[in-house]
Amino acid sequence: MSQKKVLILGIGNLLWADEGFGVRAMEYLHTHYQFPDHVQLLDGGTQGIYLVQYVEEADILVVFDAIDYGLAPGTLKRIEDGEVPRFMGAKKMSLHQTGFQEVLAMAQLLDRYPEHLLLIGVQPVELEDFGGSLRPEVKAQIEPAAQLALTYLAEHGIHAIPRPQLQADQTPGHAALHLHDYETQRPSAAQACRIGDERFLGRIQYEPA
Amino acid sequence: MGAINTPNGFNLDNSGRRVVVDPVTRIEGHMRCEVNLDDNNVIRNAVSTGTMWRGLEVILRGRDPRDAWAFTERICGVCTGTHALTSCRAVEDALGIQIPENANSIRNIMQLCLQVHDHLVHFYHLHALDWVDVVSALNADPKATSDLAQSISSWSRSSPGYFRDIQNRIKKFVESGQLGPFMNGYWGNPAYKLPPEANLMAVTHYLEALDFQKEIVKIHTIYGGKNPHPNWLVGGMPCAINVHDTGAVGAINIERLNLISSIIDQTIEFVDQVYIPDLIAIASFYKDWLYGGGLSSKSVMSYGDIPDRANDYSASNLLMPRGAIINGNLKEIHEIDLRAPDEIQEFVTHSWYKYPDESKGLHPWDGITEPNFALGANTKGTRTAIESLDEAAKYSWIKAPRWKGHAMEVGPLSRYIIGYAQGNPEFKEPVDKLLATLGLPLEALFSTLGRTAARGLEASWAAHKMRYFQDKLMANIKAGDSSTANIDKWNPASWPKSAKGVGFTEAPRGALGHWIVIEDTKIKNYQCVVPTTWNGSPRDPSGNIGAFEAALMNTKVEVADQPVEILRTLHSFDPCLACSTHVMSPDGQEMATVKVR
Repeated sequence: MSQKKVLILGIGNLLWADEGFGVRAMEYLHTHYQFPDHVQLLDGGTQGIYLVQYVEEADILVVFDAIDYGLAPGTLKRIEDGEVPRFMGAKKMSLHQTGFQEVLAMAQLLDRYPEHLLLIGVQPVELEDFGGSLRPEVKAQIEPAAQLALTYLAEHGIHAIPRPQLQADQTPGHAALHLHDYETQRPSAAQACRIGDERFLGRIQYEPA
Repeated sequence: MGAINTPNGFNLDNSGRRVVVDPVTRIEGHMRCEVNLDDNNVIRNAVSTGTMWRGLEVILRGRDPRDAWAFTERICGVCTGTHALTSCRAVEDALGIQIPENANSIRNIMQLCLQVHDHLVHFYHLHALDWVDVVSALNADPKATSDLAQSISSWSRSSPGYFRDIQNRIKKFVESGQLGPFMNGYWGNPAYKLPPEANLMAVTHYLEALDFQKEIVKIHTIYGGKNPHPNWLVGGMPCAINVHDTGAVGAINIERLNLISSIIDQTIEFVDQVYIPDLIAIASFYKDWLYGGGLSSKSVMSYGDIPDRANDYSASNLLMPRGAIINGNLKEIHEIDLRAPDEIQEFVTHSWYKYPDESKGLHPWDGITEPNFALGANTKGTRTAIESLDEAAKYSWIKAPRWKGHAMEVGPLSRYIIGYAQGNPEFKEPVDKLLATLGLPLEALFSTLGRTAARGLEASWAAHKMRYFQDKLMANIKAGDSSTANIDKWNPASWPKSAKGVGFTEAPRGALGHWIVIEDTKIKNYQCVVPTTWNGSPRDPSGNIGAFEAALMNTKVEVADQPVEILRTLHSFDPCLACSTHVMSPDGQEMATVKVR
């Protein structure tokens, strides 16, 4: 059992507030826990189809992502195995679903679908804050989300060991994107506009042409 | 509007039925397209809208210029490395940093690798389904498919049993109701011309390419330290070379160099034995579908890329051609200057941004990105549920870049047209050979199919050039040079108080530039002009239409509410609008919503 290949995947765009939840949750696990060699942690970003090679190699796949499940903002949701594609097809669940649902379908087409799949999602509070970080309600779910993943992995005989001290210097990705630098070095709202997509801007009052 | 003539030679008429495609699927990011059809279902007006706001520039203000690449790498889900490279070059240009030869070779291999990978994935996984009918493949005879495959290529996986297995796998998949990636198709539409056997061969290679593409990106993992977001470095590459190192982690050793060499060989084999023969086979059934030329026969541009020697970005040292052609005059190739304030300018008269004076364009160093969402008087619907846009007013989140006032097409076809016009045999000979094989005249190159063909030829070119730079790197290392980075100016104390720079590359989908202004060691202004900004741009103050809109003009649509022809032409540009996020797609993974009014 312990020889099964495990992938812990965080997906989302770090640059869009709560959209970064998946990647931050994966980072948290990496900095706080040490995993056996057959467990891989990956910042998938918004890569979509390019993640298929990682997914198809996994026997056990744990995905962290921001999801739109119509729940109260900041709610954590756990979805397992067959539920994942079913819900993906029926209703928008993951905010990256066009990308990631396709990845799962391609893994299936290649006949290499993960044996066990767990999606841990959080309902975002705020997305319309370009260059922003997680909102407190969502940030507060990182630790519980990580615990859900650890419990699930333990049920499959995979045990992570808490690190004696945080793995600060070797987190995946560039330092400027790590939570602390990312948050503290942000330009002010006066310097840099923080709103985005027209569907967001549409909600803002403007003068008709 | 009625009928108008644009300065760049198109006759627009928006009086016919309006067809709206939103979102355009199988692209990166969010895009909407509206066209007017005349009584014969021919497109007489086209309106291309980027429905997503790009705002990367503004979040870089005040950050450390040495970190900019890491942010720009997150712009998009595809061209991560290209943005990072462009960003490094912009900072190096601003600060006068020279990179070592090895870093230049490694960067070129990374960039060429991304070209091959992107072109391959685009052809099979995003574009092929515009030409290939998956459902028809289920009716193919595996034996006849095998005969067809063996007649066009020596690729070994071509037995009747192999094609039968794949056909059964697809059948099982389709019957399970999980169409997945094949969900967005107009299967059975009369615009599909391939016989079932060619469809089965292409779908089989769709799967093989999916399986093979993961090998190619191992090159990024090794030279970039990791994937999907490889590491880059201002001043060179962050990978140390030590040929005698034996450890599993750390420096690039001889074992890893050999692994890359072997992946390059496999890539050349796959492109030349699978991709190119498939391209020819598919094109041979569409020889009479030569729509979609648009601006390609008029105005094309390439910044050029792949410097042979390090630090020399002049046209003669760039292996990928550089220059601009205007008004279809292939005899004259204009030099382009990315620094000149009156050459590259962005306009916003039809874009949802605000300038102090919108009759004028701004050079990227002076660029302003201030959103201003407003709809024209003739917009139909409400502001959150737009039925049809008013193209006489602002109608897109994409700015309109122009070169000396001209709307330009960028991308593989532009690069090949410029290389061809220069008489460069590396570009001219494969084009002539392909046209001769298909029995088509040179004019056929200026089309949707020409765009798709140029991308395939370029994948082969890039695969072979990877071999060239890998050999060059190995020779340099053997000669005793293992330097990969120049950190003389790493310390901000060594920088001038203010500096300006521009970095450019040829991304898979076309000319890409980043312009940076540094002041007191921080970023003061950062502007990216991406290829899809050129191709997908809205109109400018003079009324010139951009490449997407031009390419859609005068195309006949077989079935108005199944505009596969529109997708075919838009996909031929490999559009990438994913410059900020993938959120906000409507419920589920639906087909492109098409409305005919």
